[in-house]
Amino acid sequence: MNAALVLEQTLNGLQYGVMLFLMAAGLTLVFGIMNLVNLAHGSLYMVGAYLATAFAHWTGSFFLGAVLALPATLLVGVGVEVIALRTLYERDHLDQVLATFGLILFFNELIAILWGRAAIYTSVPPLLGGHLRVLPGVPYPTYRAAIIVVGVAVAILLWVLVTRTRLGMLIRAGASNRTMVGALGVNIRLLDTLVFGLGAALAGLAGLIAGPIYSVQPGMGEEILIQVFVVIVIGGIGSIRGAVVGAVVVGMVDTLGRAFLKPVLSTVVSAPAADKAGPALASMLIYLLMAAVLFFRPEGLFPARGRS
Amino acid sequence: MHTITRAVLVGLLSALAAAPAAAETVKIGFITTLSGPQGAIGEHMKSSVELALDHLGRKIGGLDVEIVYGDDQVKPDVGKQLADEMLKKHRVHFVAGVIWSNVMLAVAPTVTGAGTFMIGTNAGPHELAGKMCHELFFTTSWQNDQTPEAMGKYMQDQNLTDVYAMAPNYAAGKDMISGFKRYFKNKVVGEVFTKLGQQDYQAEISQLRAANPKAVFVFYPGGMGIQFLKQYEQAGLRGQIPLYSVYTVDEISLPAVKGAALGQFETRYWSPDLKNEANQKYVADFRKKYGKAPVFYGAQSYDGIMLIDSAVRAVKGDLTNKKGMIAAMRQADYKSTRGPYKYNVNHFPIQNFYLLKAVQAADGEFAMQIQKTVFENYKDSYAAECPMKW
Repeated sequence: MNAALVLEQTLNGLQYGVMLFLMAAGLTLVFGIMNLVNLAHGSLYMVGAYLATAFAHWTGSFFLGAVLALPATLLVGVGVEVIALRTLYERDHLDQVLATFGLILFFNELIAILWGRAAIYTSVPPLLGGHLRVLPGVPYPTYRAAIIVVGVAVAILLWVLVTRTRLGMLIRAGASNRTMVGALGVNIRLLDTLVFGLGAALAGLAGLIAGPIYSVQPGMGEEILIQVFVVIVIGGIGSIRGAVVGAVVVGMVDTLGRAFLKPVLSTVVSAPAADKAGPALASMLIYLLMAAVLFFRPEGLFPARGRS
Repeated sequence: MHTITRAVLVGLLSALAAAPAAAETVKIGFITTLSGPQGAIGEHMKSSVELALDHLGRKIGGLDVEIVYGDDQVKPDVGKQLADEMLKKHRVHFVAGVIWSNVMLAVAPTVTGAGTFMIGTNAGPHELAGKMCHELFFTTSWQNDQTPEAMGKYMQDQNLTDVYAMAPNYAAGKDMISGFKRYFKNKVVGEVFTKLGQQDYQAEISQLRAANPKAVFVFYPGGMGIQFLKQYEQAGLRGQIPLYSVYTVDEISLPAVKGAALGQFETRYWSPDLKNEANQKYVADFRKKYGKAPVFYGAQSYDGIMLIDSAVRAVKGDLTNKKGMIAAMRQADYKSTRGPYKYNVNHFPIQNFYLLKAVQAADGEFAMQIQKTVFENYKDSYAAECPMKW
């Protein structure tokens, strides 16, 4: 275990955290403001990946495809909110889980009908295809470095949006007291739709980024969704700051655990025991962390202000 | 009036009861996965079953055929329910299919226990090849361990050393690595088990690079394989460290990874470029009907239907003659897409295993191509545990 490897794994952890953050930001905003448990958030991620692939194929450029896919996913999100989810805000969480689970099935089958069940081909754009030399002997894929840059930029933009604009003020107000915001004459319905569309676009962004490195196929959203829920539980539901911290913590713990838990364990216990326990423990690590957070701070690390 | 109605009813009922015996139909239940991300495999199997029926003129052994498809959703309990429904409601004569070993272990005993034939067309768990073998169970695929054994043998023959092995952390992943090590005796520098269904392998790939192996052996089926191959290439390792795998690159995943798989080695009992009459007909007609290359899951399913046809033909359509059908199936007297083969005592094929390489053909399409034969007429390692004698 040398310093270069540790640095490389830290970058890997950060990059994974950024992907989780893009998903978690939308999910946590929707939960915070509309009190809606949206299991179909992963479907929007999948829609983003498919639309970006289709547009990239159509225009011949990854970047044009990305630019077109973002507003398209936003529109899909707005459509889902207006048609299906609007009636669910007042309902019980269990009803919401059932309904949004139905949406998952709907989207998976729709994608299978439109594009087939087999995974489709996407590749890294040539411009981002190479490697950066972070340190001598530590090549790092340019595409993954670009993901980190995009993620940090989105986090800063969201921070500006939430803390420095009128829309952000309404979002924060909606998260702490929805009824009061409505009573003050704000069109809360429109705010809901806007926030949901924003969340959908962020999920779509995560999906289109994920396309070239993961497998673009029906059901791809559910594979990442569970980790995203872990992120918002750790970070505190409804809080962007919590989503940032939660995502980076989960990304780091998961990556470093997978990389170094086995070698570290083998210095404590025998090598065969470490071989057995290492992978099992590494895959449990983020859930253990979540359990610990729930025990010591049930509301998460950075709960949205005003929620109890 | 009353008596007349009753007489008519009784007549009708007895006519209905007698009907199935008069015009016999072969009923086959086919269990596979048709929904979710793994549905692509089931789609290929179903397409191949339909193609086999086309080739047989929609008859099995000269009799009409009715086929019932079931979607197991990759769940053993669902698979078992489907088998029960096929046996009790549809009263099928054969159950066929099944992709997953865990589903097979739930389905096969249910079917054979009810005195019905089970024709496996993919999963080959070692239990069914050994202690749990059954006279009503046949498979047209392979025993799970054989494919990694072939790869282990090839890599040992090449005298490769310092090999890094990776697989998902579940039953089949462990079997694949232990099958590989049964024949590969040189140094393994690293053995890594990742979470089942993991998407991102960048952390493991960084560790792999740091370990500096001379070759890599992996087992990553389905979407995991697509992700691993893309990320291995993006990490710049494709040209540096040769990659050997089992069940990772096939005709379903090749269109999704294209160049990222180029140069990849796999072992398999079948390939679209196998030169025999039955295979060339199957591959050409599959391409014509479905517009894509077939995959081994499909070839096995095609063979499964052909095997059933040969058995029904041998007993001249007498579906009650199970002894006769067992004897006929043991001969494997049909034109298999892998070429002629024999059955071992445990009803698993004794067959060749080949080394395949992912290449780009002249027309730009990526395809698996046979390089050489690794095992000839290879028997699985569990047949000795099977108490069946014939």
